[in-house]
This record gives sequence, structure tokens and C-alpha cells, in this order.
Amino acid sequence: MASELSSTDYILHHLTNAAMCTTENGIAFNKACADAGFWTWHIDTLAWSIALGLLFLSIFRSAAKKADTGVPGKFQCFIEMVIEFVDGTVKSTFHGKSPVVAPLALTIFVWVLLMNVMDIIPIDWLPWLAGQVGYHGFGVDPHHVYMKVVPTTDLNLTFALSLGVFALMIYYSFKIKGFGFVKELSMNPFNHWLFIPVNLVLELVTLFAKPLSLALRLFGNLYAAELIFILIAMIGVFQLPLHFIWAAFHILVIPLQAFIFMMLTIVYLSMAHEKH
Amino acid sequence: MNINATLIGQTIAFAVFVLFCMKYVWPPLLAAIEARQKAIADGLAASERAEKDLQLAQESASLKLKEAKAEAADIIEQAKKRALQIVDEETQRGHEEREKIVAQGHAEIEAERNRAKEDLRKQVSALAIAGAEKILEREIDAAAQSDIVDKLVTEL
Repeated sequence: MASELSSTDYILHHLTNAAMCTTENGIAFNKACADAGFWTWHIDTLAWSIALGLLFLSIFRSAAKKADTGVPGKFQCFIEMVIEFVDGTVKSTFHGKSPVVAPLALTIFVWVLLMNVMDIIPIDWLPWLAGQVGYHGFGVDPHHVYMKVVPTTDLNLTFALSLGVFALMIYYSFKIKGFGFVKELSMNPFNHWLFIPVNLVLELVTLFAKPLSLALRLFGNLYAAELIFILIAMIGVFQLPLHFIWAAFHILVIPLQAFIFMMLTIVYLSMAHEKH
Repeated sequence: MNINATLIGQTIAFAVFVLFCMKYVWPPLLAAIEARQKAIADGLAASERAEKDLQLAQESASLKLKEAKAEAADIIEQAKKRALQIVDEETQRGHEEREKIVAQGHAEIEAERNRAKEDLRKQVSALAIAGAEKILEREIDAAAQSDIVDKLVTEL
């Protein structure tokens, strides 16, 4: 634990991603990447999120392969409950016809949920394991091996999600409304040509606030929760009741944030499909 | 906390996941769910129909049973009436037969008695004549003294 580290070091160690970049000496990791700028890869975020995404897809794909009209097993029922929950949410909010929205909502919900659940795993376990692997396998100081296991505490991931949704919003806005989308941006809320610049500023801020708030909400909630877990972990033996209470509370936050992300995605896409 | 190339990687991963979900996960699962919903709805409708059929069958069965009971009661009533009638008729006939037989018997007895009486009278008259002949020691002309004989006979 934090015995030979200061509190600041301990917190920073937990809040730093494992980074990978290419320098003139070849592939470099972590501290060597401090100056790499944009072309740095957070390999822990990538690995965990992709692993969890593949877990989601393999579970649901195996259920999809076994799906028939007979009496379903318990696993099948559980998967179908999730599907029906997402389908019901989509149908009650999104009234257009689109083959993308429902699978998109399902992917976001389950994937974000799985990534958020990583927050429940005691915060020292996986980083410690990674440190041991780094120390024994590669001869690296375990304090220089970083491992953030909750991908949703990485802005890159939340922005990747929200920008993906944003791209779909823009695509469908133009596809459904065509020039009407531009008109919607420029002639609202003041329906007069003199106000076009004012309208554009207002509407564009509204438009860009959507992906920004989407990404920052998820990131902020999970990052803050992670930080509190770290702070609780530092207070010694009294962390046990506190950790339990915070984890129990966090169990509410985890699905809630996944649901909010899914719900807002559906709402934004439904707004993109509707003509005013 | 900075934005870097991870964003690109994540976006690609996200897109691939959504595409895979769209192609291979969502459609078969939803199709199965909808097919099962339809099967369940059909099953429920069929069971409801069967229940209605059963109710109708029960109603008609109870109706038939009631009819059959009424008919049976009717038949029994008729049979009883008929039996009584037959008994009455037979009793009547028996009475008549008896009366007839008794009357016949009476008539026969009367006839027999009359005949016996006649016989007796004849024999008595013959006896009387024979007695008288003995007494008179002479022959009596039965025809000439028939008035006396007749008088005797009537006195007997």
C-alpha cells in the first residue's frame, strides 16, 4: 500500500494511466512518454475497455446464437430482460425508425455499466498485480507501473463515446432534415433573418454542449467516485466501514450513470430525427 | 488527464462494438423475443378459446342431461299409468270371467237338478204305477189313467 509513498504519490499513482508512445528510441512507456504529446496511448484504458467490450459482445452473442422461441433458460431470460429493457426505453423515447439507435443504446448501456463496475473492485488489487508483473516480469519499479482499471475515469474514453454519438447526431440531422438542419440552427429561437448570427451562436453552443456534457458527466461521476475510494483507502483500518458505505452508494451510481448516458443518447438521436 | 491518441482507438473500438451489436446481437435476440411473444399470445388465445369451448360443452351437456332426466321421468310416469291401467283391466276381466264361470256353473247345476228332478219324477211315477198295478192286480192303462199319474207326480 502507501507505506513507502507519500499520500500525494499514492493518489497520483492511482490516477495516472499506463501510457505508451513511440520515441526516437522505439516504443516507450509511462514516464518516458511525458513529452509525447497527442500520440500517447493509454494502454490500460484501451485494454480494459476493449476486454470488457468483447466480454459484453461474447455474452450477448452467445445468447443471440441460442435464441429460439422455446422455453428460455435463466441466462437467456436475463439477457432478454436487458434487451427488452433497452428496447422499451428506446421505443418510449425514440419514435423514428432506425436500425442503429437500439443496438447503439444497448452497447452503450452494457459497456458503460461493465466499465463502471470495475470501480467496485478494491482499488489496490489490480494495480498491485500489475506492479508485481512489471517488477518480476520486466524488472521495473512497481511504483512506476501504472494501471487505471476503470476506463470511464479516462476522458479519452468518455469523449470517444460522446463524439461517436455526436457524429451520429450530425449525420442523422442532415440525413433527415437536410437543409432544414441549418435552418433550425440559424432561425431559432428568434425567427428573423436579422438574428441569424445570434441564433447561430446560441444554437451551436447548445449543439456542442450536448457531447461535452455527455462525456464530462460520466467522467466526472466516476472520477470523483474513484478519488473518494482512493482517499478512503488511505485512512488505514477505518476504511472498512467507510469503504463499504461508499461502495454501497456507488452501486446506485454505476447503473444510473450508464442509464443516463444511454437515455441521453436516445434523446439526442430522437431530436436529430424530429422535424420542428 | 489529457486528450491523446487513446481517443482515436476508443472511437474505433466503440464503432466496431456498435456495428457488431447491430449486425449479430440485436436482430436475432429481438426476433427471438418477438417470436416467443407471439407464440405465448397465440397459446393464451388458444387456451382461452378452449376454455370457452369447454364451458359451452359443459352447458350443452347439462342441458342434455336435464332433458334426458325429464324424458326419463315422463317415461316412468307413463309406464306407471299403463301398469295401473293394465292391472285395472285385468282385474275387471278376471271379475267378468269369474261371474261368467259362476253363472255357467249355476246354470249347469240348475239344469242337472231339473234333469234329476225329472228323472226322479219319472221313476216315481213308474214306481207309483207299478205299485198301483200290484195293488190293483191289473194292468192300468197308463194312457187312460194318466190324469191320476200326473196328479201323483205333481204331488211329489
